[in-house]
Amino acid sequence: MSDIGLILVPDETRPTPQLGRQAFEKRALKSGFLTGVTWLLALVAAVPLFSVIYLLLVRGGTRLFSSDFAEIITGLPPAGFEMGGGIGPAIVGTLVMVGIGAVISIPIGILAAIYLAVLEPRSKVANTARFLAKVLTGFPSIMAGVFVYGVLVKTWGYSAWAGGIALSVLMLRTVVLAAEEAMAQVPQRMKDAAYGMGCTRTQVILKVVLPTGLPGILTGVLLAIAGASGESAPLLFTALFSNYYISQLSEPIASLSILIYNFSGMPFPNQIELAWTASLVLVLIVLVFNILARLVGQPKV
Amino acid sequence: MAKLFEAAGSASSVSGPPTTAQYLSDRVFRGIAAFSALLIIFLTAYILWEVSWEASPAIAKYGLGFITGTEWNSNKEVFGILPEIWGTLYSSLLALVLGGTFGIGIAIFLTQDFIHHRLATIFRTIVEMLAAIPSVVFGLWGIYVLIPLIKPGAEWLHEHLGWFPLFSTDLAGPGMAPAALVLAIMILPTVAAISVDAFRRVPYKVKEAAYGMGTTRWEAILKVMLPTASSGILAALVLGFGRALGETMALAMLIGNSDQISLSLFSPANTLASLLASTFPEADQVQVQALMYAALILLLITFIVNVAGLAVQQYTIRKFEGKK
Repeated sequence: MSDIGLILVPDETRPTPQLGRQAFEKRALKSGFLTGVTWLLALVAAVPLFSVIYLLLVRGGTRLFSSDFAEIITGLPPAGFEMGGGIGPAIVGTLVMVGIGAVISIPIGILAAIYLAVLEPRSKVANTARFLAKVLTGFPSIMAGVFVYGVLVKTWGYSAWAGGIALSVLMLRTVVLAAEEAMAQVPQRMKDAAYGMGCTRTQVILKVVLPTGLPGILTGVLLAIAGASGESAPLLFTALFSNYYISQLSEPIASLSILIYNFSGMPFPNQIELAWTASLVLVLIVLVFNILARLVGQPKV
Repeated sequence: MAKLFEAAGSASSVSGPPTTAQYLSDRVFRGIAAFSALLIIFLTAYILWEVSWEASPAIAKYGLGFITGTEWNSNKEVFGILPEIWGTLYSSLLALVLGGTFGIGIAIFLTQDFIHHRLATIFRTIVEMLAAIPSVVFGLWGIYVLIPLIKPGAEWLHEHLGWFPLFSTDLAGPGMAPAALVLAIMILPTVAAISVDAFRRVPYKVKEAAYGMGTTRWEAILKVMLPTASSGILAALVLGFGRALGETMALAMLIGNSDQISLSLFSPANTLASLLASTFPEADQVQVQALMYAALILLLITFIVNVAGLAVQQYTIRKFEGKK
């Protein structure tokens, strides 16, 4: 009984822990300070984006949304001291090459993703291909240009084909990884139900997996298109540049990004203004595909 | 009842074993899909082989001296890429310090309940839009906005702190500082996105336990969340570094393309990728071979960094989700 007596110390002698919140305690101040720093970091990080958008609208927008809108969109790039001019061939060129890239990369990408996600997800081939697609994502985009230069350009010269194929190398990785993820998320039960009805694997894929994974696949495809539209490094020495509209796909071809690169270093105000205008058009194209990707990718439920 | 049995046996039923045509098309379709997957492996191997093959004459001719040489002169056919290797690593490292700090800061900001989740979504969209802006547009912005903006500050630093190696030269226009700044902006979305993923993988219970013990918000973040998410954040930094190493156009426009090895933030420099971009279009055959050698080295550096980053990322996923 004396044991309990020892434990029951009178209240006054026991130290009372401070459980209340103390606003000006050192650790609370530190926490508040770091919160402030984080807010600052986040706000500062948003500055470049708004600065870029503001300048695109001010320096590119004034020229684009003026009376010579038609000339800008359809005209040929100006030479030296020439005034006026437009970026028509470059807009067409970018769209043509992204089109070639899409036509090549989308079917191969989706088919490869079908293999990775549905047919043999755990096989050695699938694991290797998946890993390499991720490694390709980290490859510098200029390597696609170097590669296509060695394979095609050295023999057949600069062409729209070469540019488009260089873009397809870059688009392939995006399409494969996005499509695989979308199809891997299709519930096993849906596939099992289809198998249970006696479907062949092809029927399961075409009638169940592809339609169910479609939003995710489309998101990947649209993001690949958006990314390819803005690429410039792989086009530098595959598509080169041209001041005229293309008549054949086997000729050098203009693109918005190379036009911006070329004009940005010129000492003529007219060209620099056009570089800003072309930037605005390019960013608009990229953003349209980006926003479309977000819209189609939103879960329906 | 009788009707039911009749329906099953009637000719209108679609049930039955696959026809020969269906068997065949299934086989063909699966074959094409497997071929496409193999194509990815083939493509990667082909890229490596092609660049090595194109570079082989230069490798045979210049050997390892190519990596330690400091001069790139096509007239004398002397090629060395040490300044470019230095510039590539230095600019990427500077960008990583800056972009990494901001990227991780933003990841904390977005995942640790600082703001309402709707606002966080808007903010995440802003960061993703940053990733969508093409490299050349950042280059243009760098030339006409960033360089004039940082020039007075750079001049002041050089004048007053010129003895410090980082500020030992004057900013004449293009240089390391604007290039590294733009590079930091460009890798920020990568670092932020992968770090956000890393923080999301930390089980919610871990955070609750920390708060339950009476930590402040930042004690929970610094002592519990960050260490738990550390491997994922490391992956973010390594992959961000890999992205920075290969970035081309903005650097070709901003770094000044000068073969110097300098610690100074304001001196012009060069990187492997911008050497390729600026020299390739006008190169003759001998120079193309040397450029292919340079491309091969860039490829190897980025390959090693990316594989390391992917390995760390894979390790993180396994740690939290168990081996699949």
